[in-house]
Amino acid sequence: MKITMAHGSGGESTSELIADIFEKSFNDPVLSKMEDSAVLPGAGRIAVTTDSFVVTPLFFPGGDIGRLCVCGTVNDLLMSGADPEYLTCGFILEEGADTEDLRKIAVSMSRTAREAGVRIVAGDTKVVEGSGGVYINTAGVGFVPDGINVGASNCREGDAVLLSGSLGDHHAAILSKRMGIENTIVSDCAPLVGMVDAMKRSGVRIHAMRDVTRGGLATILNEFASAAVCRIGLDESKIPVSPQVRGFCGILGLDPLDMGNEGKMVAVVAPEDAERAVGCMRKSRYGENAAVIGRVEAEGESAVLLKTPIGGTRVVGPLYGEGLPRIC
Amino acid sequence: MTDVRPFLKNYDGPPVRLMEVCGTHTAAISKNGIARMLSPAIRLISGPGCPVCVTVTAYIDRLVELSLRPGTVVLTFGDLMRVPGGRMSLNDAKAAGGNVRMVYSPMDALRLAESDPKNTYVFAAVGFETTSAVYAALLEDAESERIGNLKLLTSLKIMPPVIDWVCRNQGGVDGFIAPGHVSVITGCKIYQPLAERYGIPFVVAGFEGGQLLDAIYALVKLRGRPRVMNLYPSAVRENGNEEARRAIRRYFEPCAAAWRGMGTIPGSGLMLRKEYSRFDAGSAGLDEDCNFSPGCLCAKVLTGAISPADCPRFGRLCTPQTPQGACMVSQEGSCYNYYISGRGSK
Repeated sequence: MKITMAHGSGGESTSELIADIFEKSFNDPVLSKMEDSAVLPGAGRIAVTTDSFVVTPLFFPGGDIGRLCVCGTVNDLLMSGADPEYLTCGFILEEGADTEDLRKIAVSMSRTAREAGVRIVAGDTKVVEGSGGVYINTAGVGFVPDGINVGASNCREGDAVLLSGSLGDHHAAILSKRMGIENTIVSDCAPLVGMVDAMKRSGVRIHAMRDVTRGGLATILNEFASAAVCRIGLDESKIPVSPQVRGFCGILGLDPLDMGNEGKMVAVVAPEDAERAVGCMRKSRYGENAAVIGRVEAEGESAVLLKTPIGGTRVVGPLYGEGLPRIC
Repeated sequence: MTDVRPFLKNYDGPPVRLMEVCGTHTAAISKNGIARMLSPAIRLISGPGCPVCVTVTAYIDRLVELSLRPGTVVLTFGDLMRVPGGRMSLNDAKAAGGNVRMVYSPMDALRLAESDPKNTYVFAAVGFETTSAVYAALLEDAESERIGNLKLLTSLKIMPPVIDWVCRNQGGVDGFIAPGHVSVITGCKIYQPLAERYGIPFVVAGFEGGQLLDAIYALVKLRGRPRVMNLYPSAVRENGNEEARRAIRRYFEPCAAAWRGMGTIPGSGLMLRKEYSRFDAGSAGLDEDCNFSPGCLCAKVLTGAISPADCPRFGRLCTPQTPQGACMVSQEGSCYNYYISGRGSK
């Protein structure tokens, strides 16, 4: 089998590739949990994660690859319940990349790291033949406080499903820029430290968390439903999507549920804590549109169901293929 | 406006089978969860209106062959990438070193061809009347900008002959949700002869959930009457878009076309006129169609003879991850939509 673009989609093909090659080869019980970071024993509990950033264009409305590579890794640490502390970064630069661009990217990384309260403590640079591309890998380390136990399999019947804001902004901003479509859509690329800290401080019992990146909300909730063997019910009218993104998706035949963000998270919390958790999100930067979008309705079956605005119900599957525009 | 939902849920009159012809309608019906809002006496079936799904394997094979030819780049919409051909899909061809580029608009083709005059760019031109108008505009621009290295591999189809084919060969359809986008070009009057010939109603609808419910309601009410109703007047006019049709006629002429699962239907396709054959990448004679696995029932699904879930391959051997036919690949394909929205299971 050859690698195809679908293997990088964040959807089902990505999961299959990871399960088939990396999970099997590396064969580590912590890695096999497939959480956003590995939580390890040691001096306290350490969370470790890594991510590579290959976005084009390097600069886009609302961010750049530098802000993205910090946010992505910081958010993955946060989603495991960890307080992010350290980052490493590896640059792979293609011959012809511009040093001024690189400086802008580094400054953006530094600014975002300060905002997120993390230090960039190690790095590496390689240059390869090519045509000016810039790729960055970041790894992150964080510490998981006592009493925090976050994982997809912890979702329980009755739990509330929260979304921290509107879907699809980053994906739509990148696609618009790539396709030369002029609109006002801006990437939501942001570190989610503030809202996660607020929830933890106020004692919200968070059962599962994920940042909504490639593969979209649909893929994440399907992973939750599989891991916890539960049925998740969503109310489409509660899921925030900006009118601009909705219009953009309509034109291209994309579904916001499949679209990627870089500054949004979904949290599954104990039912009594739902309102408090939404309050924490809404009061924090980047969370003003947070909402309860659904519930864990039952245990014992794996499914994600969506109630549509006209009163219909449909199954929400994970993203298949690349999430491509329709053709007519 | 009356709420049609209770009527549709509790309907207990004679059973009605309604066909949505357009792939975008199929997707919208799934997305809105409409199937479960209907009484068991109202059955929705998907017709042959997803352009990718009705494309025969010979066409995919030709694209694959072109992509592997030095100096040729194949441009395609994303949906076509994963459609299995006789030997491989375009995705497979790309992984094997073939020159395949995904584009979002045919107009991207102009810029690509212009910036790279050494290579020949072949656009995979599939679609119905709506998309044909866009290809005509593309050719107009290619002509006026004198871009000589852009060609089309056409598999263009027109809607009325295939609706006629379904009524004549399949029967059992009590009404059609007529395609919204196609009707923008053709106008809604083109359905009148079909309505009269077969004594059934046609309702032109847009893609909002509420409008689809209204269309289904209207079709149930109009059962047995040769009426054409337009619920999408904001976009569709009685006579359609004459200017677009003129542009299509300038470059294309009607021809017999091969449909996956249905064979060749006279007058159901469009091909480049002789005087524009310089734009043709070899579209003639691509009629052969093969099944990818024994027992594949694409043909029956595409014509609405059976529901996707009735195919023994559905959801088992054939899933979006392991598609055996185009209808499980395309985002507008009936099998794909049944699968992802759970319409196949109760």
